[in-house]
Amino acid sequence: MAEIKAATPEWMLAARQTGSCIPTGERLKPGAIERTVRGLSRALRETVFAEKVASRDGLLQGVDPRAKLVGLLGLLIVAALVRHWYVLLGLYALTLAAARLSRISPWFFVKRVWLFIPIFAGIIVLPSLFNVVRPGDPLWTIWDFGREVTFGPWSLGESLAVTRQGLDGAVLLVMRVAVSVSLAMLLTLTTRWADLLKALRVFLVPRIFILILSMTYRYIFLLLGLASDMFVARTSRMVGPATPGEDRRFAAGSMGTLLGKSHTLSDEIYAAMISRGYNGEPMSMHRFQMRAHDWSWLAAAFVIGLVAMGGDRFLG
Amino acid sequence: MDDSRRHMGAPYEEAFKKDAAGIKAPVNNAPEVEGRKNMVIFEARGVGYRYDDDEALSNVSLNVHAGERLALLGANGSGKSTLLKMLDGLIFPTEGSIHAFGEELSEAALRDDGFSRAFRQRVGFVFQNSDTQLFSPSVREEIAFGPLHLGISLEAADERVEDTIHILGLQHLSDRPPYHLSGGEKKKVALASVLAVGPDVLLFDEPTAGLDPKTETFLARLIVQLAAAGKTIITATQDLRLVAEIAERVIILGEDHKLAGEGTPSEILGNRELLLAANLIHDHPHRHNGIEHFHPHSHLKDHHRDEE
Repeated sequence: MAEIKAATPEWMLAARQTGSCIPTGERLKPGAIERTVRGLSRALRETVFAEKVASRDGLLQGVDPRAKLVGLLGLLIVAALVRHWYVLLGLYALTLAAARLSRISPWFFVKRVWLFIPIFAGIIVLPSLFNVVRPGDPLWTIWDFGREVTFGPWSLGESLAVTRQGLDGAVLLVMRVAVSVSLAMLLTLTTRWADLLKALRVFLVPRIFILILSMTYRYIFLLLGLASDMFVARTSRMVGPATPGEDRRFAAGSMGTLLGKSHTLSDEIYAAMISRGYNGEPMSMHRFQMRAHDWSWLAAAFVIGLVAMGGDRFLG
Repeated sequence: MDDSRRHMGAPYEEAFKKDAAGIKAPVNNAPEVEGRKNMVIFEARGVGYRYDDDEALSNVSLNVHAGERLALLGANGSGKSTLLKMLDGLIFPTEGSIHAFGEELSEAALRDDGFSRAFRQRVGFVFQNSDTQLFSPSVREEIAFGPLHLGISLEAADERVEDTIHILGLQHLSDRPPYHLSGGEKKKVALASVLAVGPDVLLFDEPTAGLDPKTETFLARLIVQLAAAGKTIITATQDLRLVAEIAERVIILGEDHKLAGEGTPSEILGNRELLLAANLIHDHPHRHNGIEHFHPHSHLKDHHRDEE
C-alpha cells in the first residue's frame, strides 16, 4: 500500500477519533435546512397517502373524474352563493357523509379542514365579530368603557362587544370556507392527480396544457427527491448549527443547482419523447366513460344544489 | 389484427408469439436473421460531435447490420451515449454523416413526417436514466405513449400495452405512477415503453448500470432473446461481463473520443493492452493468500467481486 500512502495527505490517513460521543445535554434547534428536509419528506409522504386514498374502493372514487369535477364545482358555487349558515351546515354534513362513504377517515378529514380555517378564515373574521367593525345588537359585552371613546374621527362607542350580526357574518364565512375546503378536499383526495388533470378537458383546457401540467406534477417528485438528497447530504457533513447566513447561501446555491439539473432533465425528457414518436401533438389514453352511476352522481349533486339554493331563498 | 398493427409491425408480430398460457414470448427467428445480416442499417462516416467547445466524438466510422448484436465499449465520457443519440436521430453530427436505412439521418430528413414516423417505429432507445423516459402519469400510459404517437388506434395500443405488460411481468405495476417504482422496475417499464413500439433496432445506453443482480440478469437474458427474435441490438456499456453475454461484435471508443478497436468479444476482452488504453480495466494492487500482486480489473463487477 506504499503508493497510496505517498499520494494521500497525512491528515487524511491519521486516526483521530479523540473526542467522546457522550451527550452534553445541549439541545440543537432545528435550522431552516432541517425544517426544509422535514417539509420535503412530509410533502412526499402526503402525496403517497393521497394516491392510496384515491385508489380505494369508495363512493366518490368510483365516479368518473369529469362528473365528479363538474358536480363538486357546482356545489362549490352553491356554497359561495347561499346566505344562511345553517344551509351551509347541512352541506357540510353531506361532505362528511360523502367522505365516510369514500372511505376517508372522518377524523382525518375534519382535522385537515379545521386545521387551516382558524389560521386563514379565523384571522380575517375576528375583527368583524365586534361592534367596532360591525355595529349591531350586542351579544356579549367584553368591556364597558362607561362613556363614548373616540380616536380622532373614529368612535368606538360606549363598550366593546360581540354583536349578533357580527357573529352571524363570521359563522357564515367560516362555514363557507369549511364547505368549500371540504368539497375541494373530497375532489383531490378521491381522484388521482393524473385523472383530475385529464378531466380538465371537460372545460376545454387544451391538451398540451394538460400534458405540461401532468409532466410538471410527475417531475416535481424527482426534483423534490433531489432537493431532499442535497439537504440531507449537507446536514450529514455539518458539525454544529449553521448560521442563518450560511443557510441562505446554501438555499440559494441549491436553487441554482436544481434549476441547472431540471434544465438538463427537460432536454433529456424531450429527447425521450421524440424518440418514441412525439411530434408536438400530444395523445393520451382517455379511458373515461360516463355510466349510469356517474349520471346519478351528477343528478344528485344538481338536486342537492337546488335544494340548498331553494332552502336558502325560503329562509329569506 | 387491425391495419395499424399490420403496418407497424412485422417486427412486433414476428418477434412475439403466444405460448400455451396465452402470454406472448420472443420467437427464435435465427435463420431469417442470418439472411438479413448483410443488410447495412446504419452507416456512419467520419462522424464527430462537439458540445460547444468540448469534443464528444471524433472521426468515427462504422456499419451496423440488421440483426446484429453490437456493443459500444468505452470509459465514462468517451462518447458512447453521444453516438447512440446520433443513431437515434436525437442529435446530429457536427462532422461527417450517418445514414439509416439508406437515407441520410439529418434534421431535415426527420422533419419529413413519413420518414420520421417510419424511423421512430424502427428504432427504439432505452435511456440510461429511466426517469427521463418515464414522463407519463401511469405505467400503462407510459407504455401506450409510443404506439399512440406513432398513429395506431386506441384499441390496438391497448392490446400492445397488455401484451408488453405480460411479456415483462408488469401486471402489478400497471396503474402505478412512475415515481412509486424502484430502480429495477423503472428500467423494466422504460424497456416496455420502447418494446411496445415494436422497433427493429434497440439502442441501450448502459442498461445494467445501478441495477440489482436479478434485474441485471433478467435484462441481459431479454436482450439475448430479442436478438434471437431478429432485433438489432446496440448496447453502450462499460460492463465487460455484459459484453461477453450480449454482443457478437464490439467497438471500443477511446478516451480521445475516437474508435480505438473493433472485434469479437473474445478478441476484445482478450486484448489487455487495448482495454488498459481505453481505461476499461486498470492494474490494481491486491493481496491474495498473503501475497501482494497486481492484475487487471474492469471498472465495475470484477473490482467489487474481488474486494469481497
